[in-house]
Amino acid sequence: MEGLTLSDAEQKYYSDLFSYCDSESTKKVAAHGRVLELFRAAQLPNDVVHQIMELCGATRLGYFGRSQFYIALKLVAVAQSGFPLRVESINTVKDLPLPRFVASKNEQESRHAASYSSDSENQGSYSGVIPPPPGRGQVKKGSTSHDTGQPRTSADQQEPVSPVVSPQQSPPTSPHTWRKHSRHPSGGNSERPLAGPGPFWSPFGEAQSGSSAGDAVWSGHSPPPPQENWVSFADTPPTSTLLTMHPASVQDQTTVRTVASATTANEIRRQSSSYDDPWKITDEQRQYYVNQFKTIQPDLNGFIPGSAAKEFFTKSKLPILELSHIWELSDFDKDGALTLDEFCAAFHLVVARKNGYDLPEKLPESLMPKLIDLEDSADVGDQPGEVGYSGSPAEAPPSKSPSMPSLNQTWPELNQSSEQWETFSERSSSSQTLTQFDSNIAPADPDTAIVHPVPIRMTPSKIHMQEMELKRTGSDHTNPTSPLLVKTADLSEENKINSSVKFASGNTVADGYSSSDSFTSDPEQIGNNVTRQRSHSGMSPDNTAPPPPPPRPQPSHSRSSSLDMNRTFSVTTDLCVHTGQQQAGVVAQPPAVPPRPQPSQAAGPVVHRPVDADGLITHTSTSPQQIPEQPNFADFSQFEVFAASNVNEEQDDEAEKHPEVLPVEKASDPASSLRVAKTDSKIEEKTAASAPANVSKGTTPLAPPPKPVRRRLKSEDELRPEVDEHTQKTGVLAAVLASQPSIPRSVGKDKKAIQASIRRNKETNTVLARLNSELQQQLKDVLEERISLEVQLEQLRPFSHL
Amino acid sequence: MVHTSLDVVDEKISAMGKALVDQRELYLGLLYPTEDYKVYGYVTNSKVKFVMVVDSSNTALRDNEIRSMFRKLHNSYTDVMCNPFYNPGDRIQSRAFDGMVTSMMIQVC
Repeated sequence: MEGLTLSDAEQKYYSDLFSYCDSESTKKVAAHGRVLELFRAAQLPNDVVHQIMELCGATRLGYFGRSQFYIALKLVAVAQSGFPLRVESINTVKDLPLPRFVASKNEQESRHAASYSSDSENQGSYSGVIPPPPGRGQVKKGSTSHDTGQPRTSADQQEPVSPVVSPQQSPPTSPHTWRKHSRHPSGGNSERPLAGPGPFWSPFGEAQSGSSAGDAVWSGHSPPPPQENWVSFADTPPTSTLLTMHPASVQDQTTVRTVASATTANEIRRQSSSYDDPWKITDEQRQYYVNQFKTIQPDLNGFIPGSAAKEFFTKSKLPILELSHIWELSDFDKDGALTLDEFCAAFHLVVARKNGYDLPEKLPESLMPKLIDLEDSADVGDQPGEVGYSGSPAEAPPSKSPSMPSLNQTWPELNQSSEQWETFSERSSSSQTLTQFDSNIAPADPDTAIVHPVPIRMTPSKIHMQEMELKRTGSDHTNPTSPLLVKTADLSEENKINSSVKFASGNTVADGYSSSDSFTSDPEQIGNNVTRQRSHSGMSPDNTAPPPPPPRPQPSHSRSSSLDMNRTFSVTTDLCVHTGQQQAGVVAQPPAVPPRPQPSQAAGPVVHRPVDADGLITHTSTSPQQIPEQPNFADFSQFEVFAASNVNEEQDDEAEKHPEVLPVEKASDPASSLRVAKTDSKIEEKTAASAPANVSKGTTPLAPPPKPVRRRLKSEDELRPEVDEHTQKTGVLAAVLASQPSIPRSVGKDKKAIQASIRRNKETNTVLARLNSELQQQLKDVLEERISLEVQLEQLRPFSHL
Repeated sequence: MVHTSLDVVDEKISAMGKALVDQRELYLGLLYPTEDYKVYGYVTNSKVKFVMVVDSSNTALRDNEIRSMFRKLHNSYTDVMCNPFYNPGDRIQSRAFDGMVTSMMIQVC
């Protein structure tokens, strides 16, 4: 055949039809099957159909290729318009309306629409309930229903939309309109709505039995799945309405199954332009969804695990592929479970799909679940074991890194900002959700949200620094917890200093190195915290210390570490500084996070832990235990010193303040855990030491700390040099700290004690800051060495395989 | 050739005895005698392997780019996995995933 020129509308229409017929995606359509039905639906006499087929060459080829199909369609249009069929007519006849097909498909569509209205009531079984009528699935239903059904459906759907566009008038738009209609969930043939559409229908039906809209529907996406139940629903109520409008034939088909759907709900739902917008959920629908949610998960704030959701939605008889797509759209935080919002969105999409609406590529605005606090999402612990979750790099780290006290707080912030790494140092900024953070055991979720941002992590610390700045300003915000409030304010100031320091040091490093930035900031912050805490109780150092986020060597690591940190609470800030990677592992403290970096380290801390446990009696004890996990060699030594000093000092005051401090510290802990900063750890240790000391025995806790420290030294080769220096520094610090204890604690003189502690803390702060910068430098050096080694390794690796 | 590279990946995995799983296996260097292409391997913690074959005609992609591509791939893969309707082992039909992969490839070329 000669070349075929098609207008745009025709092109679209034909290609839709072709894809509809080409169910196997083989790009050729067998002469039998759908194509035949299609042509029959064109309501042309058989001989004309044969003639068309011959003309287009299908008989010659035995099947319909795309071009043949298009030619055939064009011929159908020609025939329908009354023109004689000739080869030339393909291109000569201009302005042909799109061929109309009234095949059974239409019926199904209509049935579909009908059922739409009916379901609403069924709340029991999913199938019954699904408000959206099976719609497409109806195809199987067969042929009796005819266009009427279809036009009806489209009419319904068009109703909200606006003028029924008769195919003839705007063929090009028909596919579009159809789609548009589909957006209007209200489609449905509810009775009430029918009234409206009714008038539409008739003209619509008359206008074209096979409105292109209907065609468009067919060419829809997945083959209509068997939707028996759905249909049944829809059948009854819709049929009733339909009946009024259309011939009973449709009804016969639809009412196959008995569904006593009340339809009221459906109708209402339908009417209410649930898709108004087009995807908005109406109240009735929402209520319905909520009820459904409750049947699966009584707790409205809880989650529906993926498996349960899968079963539920499978009942809707949509094809797995579509369900999969719906899931992708609605599982916003990618946690494998559905919150109430997500569930409603998913349900809504299913309903829409059943009604013939195409699924969007992206989640519509109105269906987007409110981005809740990270805690909520984080708490989605439903599927902790998601595949690859642990693998998802970056996420974890970002949140983890936040420096201690503010760690928790920063989490939410971190999550939102990809620069998790950096931000963590901005602990102060996060002041908010300390408490929340603690409950966030699954940083993963926030992490997942962060997933994308993760790559940013790699960027140089500049960005990170900026983040820090931002966070810093943010940190000025009030802290929910009172102790934090004070601290954060101070921290923010300190952070500024820290950040500047960090910039200097950490900018160039890569991934793991960014932690160094945090380190710098952390130590300082820690110092600040220390100071601050002193004022509170004496334990303060702990809180501030945590920040040093462990270098986030790998995203996964950080995640775990952050978790741990939170738990462990900055007290021990054991986050110890591992160079780069280790930190994640280190952090992974007790909270079951597999201590990645090194098993040996884990061993160390574990050992340490018991020891600490002894020392700590009060709640603080838990943190120290966790802290041991993080071998902070340096810290421990300081810890000892601190402990000693603390013991001497206002123990009473501290004891009182411990409770406050500890929670705070704990909060910061998770945050800090990520960033293991040597200096931070030191500070934390000090604070931790002070805490335990205050609590009870001053000396006992000290003993354990040294052990982990030592152990740590051994485990980390890289750290060794640093450790050495660190230990040296710790020695210095210890000296400093040791000097402090000598101050006698004034009995009952809180103020004096506080002032003294402030003074001491400040001194310690400066010392630690100095130490911190030095350690940072060491860290950078070590990291550089590591990079070079890795490069060499990579170069050598290929050779080894040859 | 993909099978060959898979064999190599397996070999590498077994060679890595250490507990530390290096996610980034930049298996640069597998230049098949006649065809100049590079194969990059990437293994996840769950032993899922990603193999990327790159034509060497375009200036060799930097290591970082490959790594970032693998990371994105990994992330998208986990997202696909999260879907309860997805049976591991099936051909991935996620549109988002496909879109990501396509955009990645376009970006490179």
